[in-house]
Amino acid sequence: MATTSSNPKNLPGPETISRWTLANGIRVLSYTNPNVSSVYLIGLLNCGSASDPAEKLGLAHYTASMLSRGTARRSFQAFHEELENRGASLSFSCGMNDTGFRGKALAEDLEMLFDLAADSLRNPAFTPEYFERMRAQLLASLAIRDQDTSEVASLLFDQHLFPQHPYGHPQDGYPETIQSIGREDLVKFHAGAYNPDGMILVVVGAVSPEQVFSLAERYFADWRNPNHKSQTRYSLPDQPAGLIRKHRFLEDKSQADLLLGTLGPNRTSEDYLPVYLGNNILGQFGLMGRIGESVRSRSGLAYYASSSINAWADSGTWEFSAGTNAENLEKAIDLIREEIKRYVTSEVSEDELADSKSNLIGRLPLSLESNAGLANAILSIERFDLGLDYYQRYAQLINAVTADQILNASQKYLDPDRLVIASAGPGDDIL
Amino acid sequence: MNSSVQIHTLNNGLIILTREIHTVPLVSQWIWYRVGSRNEVRGKTGISHWVEHMQFKGTPKYPINVLDQAISRDGGFWNAMTSLDWTTYFETLPSDRLEIALDLEADRMVNSLYDPQETELERTVVISEREGNENEPLFRLGEAVNQAGFSDHPYRNQVIGEMQDLQTITREQLFGHYRSHYSPNNALLALAGDFDTPAVMERLRDLYEGIPAMENGKFIPQPENTLPENQRIELEGPGDTIYLQVSYRSPAANSADFFALTVLDSLLTGPSSLAMFGGGSISNKTSRLYQLLVEKDKAVSISGGLQATIDPYLYDILAILPPDKSVDEALRVIDEQVERLQNELIQEVEIARAVKQAKALFAYGSENITNQAFWMGYASMFADHTWFDHFIPNLEQVDAESLKRTAQKYLRNDHRIIGIYRPRNNGK
Repeated sequence: MATTSSNPKNLPGPETISRWTLANGIRVLSYTNPNVSSVYLIGLLNCGSASDPAEKLGLAHYTASMLSRGTARRSFQAFHEELENRGASLSFSCGMNDTGFRGKALAEDLEMLFDLAADSLRNPAFTPEYFERMRAQLLASLAIRDQDTSEVASLLFDQHLFPQHPYGHPQDGYPETIQSIGREDLVKFHAGAYNPDGMILVVVGAVSPEQVFSLAERYFADWRNPNHKSQTRYSLPDQPAGLIRKHRFLEDKSQADLLLGTLGPNRTSEDYLPVYLGNNILGQFGLMGRIGESVRSRSGLAYYASSSINAWADSGTWEFSAGTNAENLEKAIDLIREEIKRYVTSEVSEDELADSKSNLIGRLPLSLESNAGLANAILSIERFDLGLDYYQRYAQLINAVTADQILNASQKYLDPDRLVIASAGPGDDIL
Repeated sequence: MNSSVQIHTLNNGLIILTREIHTVPLVSQWIWYRVGSRNEVRGKTGISHWVEHMQFKGTPKYPINVLDQAISRDGGFWNAMTSLDWTTYFETLPSDRLEIALDLEADRMVNSLYDPQETELERTVVISEREGNENEPLFRLGEAVNQAGFSDHPYRNQVIGEMQDLQTITREQLFGHYRSHYSPNNALLALAGDFDTPAVMERLRDLYEGIPAMENGKFIPQPENTLPENQRIELEGPGDTIYLQVSYRSPAANSADFFALTVLDSLLTGPSSLAMFGGGSISNKTSRLYQLLVEKDKAVSISGGLQATIDPYLYDILAILPPDKSVDEALRVIDEQVERLQNELIQEVEIARAVKQAKALFAYGSENITNQAFWMGYASMFADHTWFDHFIPNLEQVDAESLKRTAQKYLRNDHRIIGIYRPRNNGK
């Protein structure tokens, strides 16, 4: 039976994670890691690309990319000298419903990270010079993306899994939408969307909770945005009605990348843990579970083949991917569908269940080893309201899942005859 | 809190490096074999990497389905890598589960099966891996540049191997490669984390002392130095992006010049870390070439690539350009900056900054057990484990004179390779 000798009380929990809420709604969490000399900072704001207008797709992403390009107080040059001279890093990113930042520095430079992050979020300059330079950089990334078989397969997949929904659009837009965005669009988006309400800040490393709290107070407590509008929520599409097969031809490619799947549970659904555990058996455990065994080990069809669960606050996907020669593409699809069929028609075995439980519980200390791993884990429990003692209860939660629960929960989402099947590479378009 | 490295040599030549670190209940084991694409002869390129794949296909004691699940069941993380000079296998797992990793690695040093049917299945997997690489313009460019960079030395080949060889290598050749290179005297085992050294050493002696040393008959290539004059490679392909790769001969990692070139690379294209498992990176926006290429709208990105190798290899500068920008102009800027390094003395403050950045990266990259064990073994593949401990002091030794001398010696614009990948028909 799955066990671990680690004492759950040694894992991060209410005794070791400090948590405060600032008056403007920012939630601050801190965890001291005495084993390191550095600090890691993550933040998340409630604004993302789901609200991009159709003709300006990529707007939120463009805005986030401009945050490190100078502020009202600091030139681009000054900003990056401060960071790079100290061997520190700070970067911004954009998701469907959030904008995030991550920074890393030696412990003595934590205040600089706070200062630069707050300055970027609150007073970005959006200078015309850097606005245009960024446009060229974004267009170059899109040109690279559009020649990348796995990225193109992923674009097709999203488009057909989320028809008429923002999640079906690429966060980084298309060349023509990036061309249509003006500097004023960024200024307006920033003024209306960036706000401290619901923001989360997590700091992990060689730092005391008191220090984290006082820095959060100093750099973020007086931030208000009375003009901010909350994001519109769109209703989610249904599962695919049948098999939706799409392929995009890309010139001069030796291999096709395949991505197929359907909707999955959201992170707070009671189906999440049974499905997460079931997916470990299906496409993760050992050399990529039953999928890896079937597509790679038994048939030699692909270098990689696996499945994964992506779960967000309001939605999720269940994805199966493989890279294979064009000749073997249909065979790989058939094999994956056969495994899906077997998985949703009969319970996983007791041995498989015990192995995967042992795997998930056993690897917890490894995922919580580094500052970054700890910070991501703490962000997750705050974001999805899992409880500060979540990792201490984790083994118990996993051990309680039964084969019957896995089958019932999985059947709600996965059906071998209702899938979006997207690929890109050699072979004629199927569009 | 962290003990220093202890070195143990068994009577069969196996070197074992141990470092106890008791901060978290984890342990990481790496076993390194001194064989990689550097030791491959024509017709058998890619054989070391394919052997690495076959090492996951089972032994009598750990048949294929048992072996690939044993580490996962215990919550471990494991993988393997093949490079120019070495092949390595590692497991990081909860410290109370170390035994399975110790036993499994010792077992597959000598007992792997190389079942003929499994070998054929793996042939298509390796070919598929190569085809995935071929999808990337940068792989195609890099492959062409390396072929120009070495006339005979196997560094001219990609680790994955040539397609023709992947189609023809036989099971007997794979098994032969395994039997002749996987022996204790050609291996090094590195262990870091939460364990008790005397107890672990007793167990390792039990596991390995019965395995005899043997003659490896390893192919040792002749190092190649100065690059031929003025080589230019032009490739075309689909897309809307220009890739410009400028490659110079780089020194072997155990040469003093390697440290000076590390600093030069940092000045030109920004600091980079040799750590493999996390630790993060530092951006390069204040580096000279970013400032003069990206900030002047002549390119959209710039990076450098310096690898620690046994023999002299290639140091690359890579620029990515939109299709309407000039390759010659980017090249002119690179040449001008290289010339400055060859003619002017760099200010102390700039050198100190590069060292400070390297120190920060070094600190980040040392913060997990997996990297700690990685470092000890990795450094031993081209120098010895002290290379890692002396890395920062050696960087600190670098001065303005040695930088100028090193730039003159290696960054030669008459003996380098210019590789260009252009969009076909000028983009669309």
